[in-house]
Amino acid sequence: MDRGIDRRTFLRLSGAGSLVLVSGLTFRVRPALGEQGDFFFVQISDTHWGFNNPQINPESAVTLKKEIAFVNSMSTQPDFIIFTGDLTHDTENDAERRKRLKEFREIVGGLKVKNLKFMPGEHDAALDGGEAYREFFGDAHYSFDHKGIHFIALNNTTDPRAIIGDMQLEWLASDLQKLDKHAPIVVFTHRPLFELYSEWQWYTRDGSKVIDLLTPFRNVIAFYGHIHQENHQTTGRIAHHACKGSMYPLPAPGSQPVLAPVPWDAQKPFKGLGFRGVKADIKTAKYELAEFSVTDVKEVK
Amino acid sequence: MKRRLLLCAICTMLALFPVLFSGTVATAQELIKVLAKQFEFNPSEITLKKGVPVVLEFTSADRLHGFDCPGLKIRTDIEPGKVNRVEFTPTQVGMFPFHCDNFCGSGHGKMQGKIIVTE
Repeated sequence: MDRGIDRRTFLRLSGAGSLVLVSGLTFRVRPALGEQGDFFFVQISDTHWGFNNPQINPESAVTLKKEIAFVNSMSTQPDFIIFTGDLTHDTENDAERRKRLKEFREIVGGLKVKNLKFMPGEHDAALDGGEAYREFFGDAHYSFDHKGIHFIALNNTTDPRAIIGDMQLEWLASDLQKLDKHAPIVVFTHRPLFELYSEWQWYTRDGSKVIDLLTPFRNVIAFYGHIHQENHQTTGRIAHHACKGSMYPLPAPGSQPVLAPVPWDAQKPFKGLGFRGVKADIKTAKYELAEFSVTDVKEVK
Repeated sequence: MKRRLLLCAICTMLALFPVLFSGTVATAQELIKVLAKQFEFNPSEITLKKGVPVVLEFTSADRLHGFDCPGLKIRTDIEPGKVNRVEFTPTQVGMFPFHCDNFCGSGHGKMQGKIIVTE
């Protein structure tokens, strides 16, 4: 069934957020990749379940739940939801790590949408090489096709050195080999693939190798998390879009000597927290981004 | 007799060489041991002299860490059970911050220090 979503509907859905039209990024859909039709998906990032610091987020127990309720309240539901890493906050205790991952999985099980995609962040997976994460959510990198678009989730966090690694690069090269150079490709990562701010490790150490592999393709867009704020940059033909975080905001790149969460603002609760909707508009061949803020969520509990 | 005098003069010159030419003789490499552990470097402040070669010898007390000093273009992994060494000669005076660049836990962002290079 095609439950296409026109621009008006998407604007209405995103009425509580701001809409960014990603212009100039056109793509052609290959019928061979599957069903065609307009659709949108949701990106939620850096939920850091288990984080506990009332000075940073006194509502840490309900922030993710508010987002889930907001998504559930949408009149048109997204085709899928991707969580781009740092599902949980890090802990040295293996049992506690598994407890947090389990609780997170149970909470997001409350989403109406059952097509959920997950990725690890360094807080989930760097301290144990991704062992616990894989027990709960399976492979840390994978690809899938949806309505004519090829989606690739890359893992740049289970190795604490922030690398993709040669084996995954070989897998990526093989995955891309089957695609037409005009195929629409959406890449998900936790860390940015490019060097955004190296002092805070806002990069992927071998990210340039991924970008090199993607460069021959004409229609690539990348979505990532990690930096807990919106950021929109382009390398070559690839647009990279960072999503807000869902537990605490982080400062702008290099704006202070030490990287630390932005403290809670009692006058503006949930300021800087939110998620994103992405509409793949097959008719106009463009992506539209809607940036949602948790501050806009008023009616859901 | 002349040969003895010549030999004596050569020996004297060799003995005095380091004193006479101390301004150009390379100073021995300085060795500084740095211990990395969650979430600090010890020492976290390292003072070096410009032009004096140094070896930084890193060990980890717990898990994988990293040492990145962008201002001096020095980086290495600090692996548990290993000694990771970096050799270099500072060529400019100044203060150069360094930090751990391999995620090591909740205090990772605060694992920092500085190298001070003096004349």
